[in-house]
Amino acid sequence: MPTTDELKLRIETAIPGASAQVIDLTGGGDHFRASVVAPEFAGLSRIEQHRRVYSVFGADIGGPIHALSLETRAE
Amino acid sequence: MSETTENPIREAIAEAIRDHEVILFMKGTPERPACGFSARTVAALEATQAPFAAVDILPDPRIRQELSALSNWPTIPQLFVKGELVGGCDIVTEMYESGELAEVLGVEPPANAPDEAPKAAEPGAPPLQIDNNLVDRS
Repeated sequence: MPTTDELKLRIETAIPGASAQVIDLTGGGDHFRASVVAPEFAGLSRIEQHRRVYSVFGADIGGPIHALSLETRAE
Repeated sequence: MSETTENPIREAIAEAIRDHEVILFMKGTPERPACGFSARTVAALEATQAPFAAVDILPDPRIRQELSALSNWPTIPQLFVKGELVGGCDIVTEMYESGELAEVLGVEPPANAPDEAPKAAEPGAPPLQIDNNLVDRS
């Protein structure tokens, strides 16, 4: 079962300079919300920023990670 | 020569996106959303009073698979306007609150529309997760 720490680490490892805050929405270890700030988001549309974060998890989204709600910004 | 494709589901999805200016792929129907995120997105769309088409992805798992392959977006719901992916629940909710959603949909926000995105019909209900309760957590 994924944990908030694991999600945070995966995001911050995969996206250089990223800072992530992750909460477990239901306490069930499968619905999360992440707030991610990363310099490389500058100039990307919101869609592209979210895609970048989703890409960190690949097929885990919809699998062990049932839902990942996102809020992203460059700075 | 155009490529011959043998993927009728993906073609049907692409056609639906082409044929409907505003189309939402969701779990359940606008009247009976089957997930909190879909419910919230429907509520935001309905608050703008813009007409939209809706597709329930639940009846066949291949719909979701093909949709996500087509849109390069892993989660449901997905809102398309004029053939372009606008986003899922988070983006649609943010856009509702900033007024961008009405703008993108080409409607005037109704005078009595709430500033905050309206909650789903079942207030505070977490996304349905019946399936997850069946997972062995030991």
